[in-house]
Amino acid sequence: MSNALINVPRTVRRGEVFQIRTLISHRMETGFRAGTNGQLIPRDIIDRFSCTYNGVEVFSMRLTPAIAANPFIGFHTRATESGTIVLRWTGDNGFSVEETVAIEVV
Amino acid sequence: MPDSRSTTGRRVFLIRAAGAAAALAFARPALATPDSLQAAIKDVVGDAPLREGRLVLELPPLAENGNSVSMTVSMDSPMTEADHVRAIHVLNEKNPQPHVMSARLGPAAGKAQVTTRIKLNDSQKVVAIAETSDGTFWVAEADVIVTLAACVEDMPQ
Repeated sequence: MSNALINVPRTVRRGEVFQIRTLISHRMETGFRAGTNGQLIPRDIIDRFSCTYNGVEVFSMRLTPAIAANPFIGFHTRATESGTIVLRWTGDNGFSVEETVAIEVV
Repeated sequence: MPDSRSTTGRRVFLIRAAGAAAALAFARPALATPDSLQAAIKDVVGDAPLREGRLVLELPPLAENGNSVSMTVSMDSPMTEADHVRAIHVLNEKNPQPHVMSARLGPAAGKAQVTTRIKLNDSQKVVAIAETSDGTFWVAEADVIVTLAACVEDMPQ
């Protein structure tokens, strides 16, 4: 159901710092807006994002309703070994998405 | 002969108007005041002093749409085991909640920079705070003028 776009270079030089950019489709309903019936629409957001590189967490972020819909997150990490990068988004109503990207260090 | 379609239209309009009125009267969230911003900053840093200079908060001075405003927070840091940025927090003045995001970084990040898109409910001040490995806090501020505020558009049916 969820659609994530991930931008990671396929190969990087050892020791190089590279950017990881992610975009995931999610409405990020704030819980502060009223619907047509005047009732508040319940909150439905992604509240945590994390990135592990070969099993070690290199970046994590707490999100709030103040993050725009379809959250975009860009950050950096340093290339050490070839392996996998795992990106994980979790949130309200049991939202949980995990994406794995392979990276080759030359 | 009465036109049933226009009656329906009027009814829908009345329901919508009543809904909007109710939303204004009861559902208006308490806005984060500068006081709550101060409290949120205190929550993050405690009584530690805030330093200025190394942290950079990039936001457009004028945002046409408050629903999505690009933001980059970066700090000039070697990101080594001995000297790195541990966390970056972003707070605001006038959204319903003062907190925007908190990122955890470490020496493995290589570069102390976070980019995301945020919602802004009104023209306001945004504050970024970075915590470095030696326990000091750095602050950067930006004022944004918002033409179309977030959280006010019509709801889809």
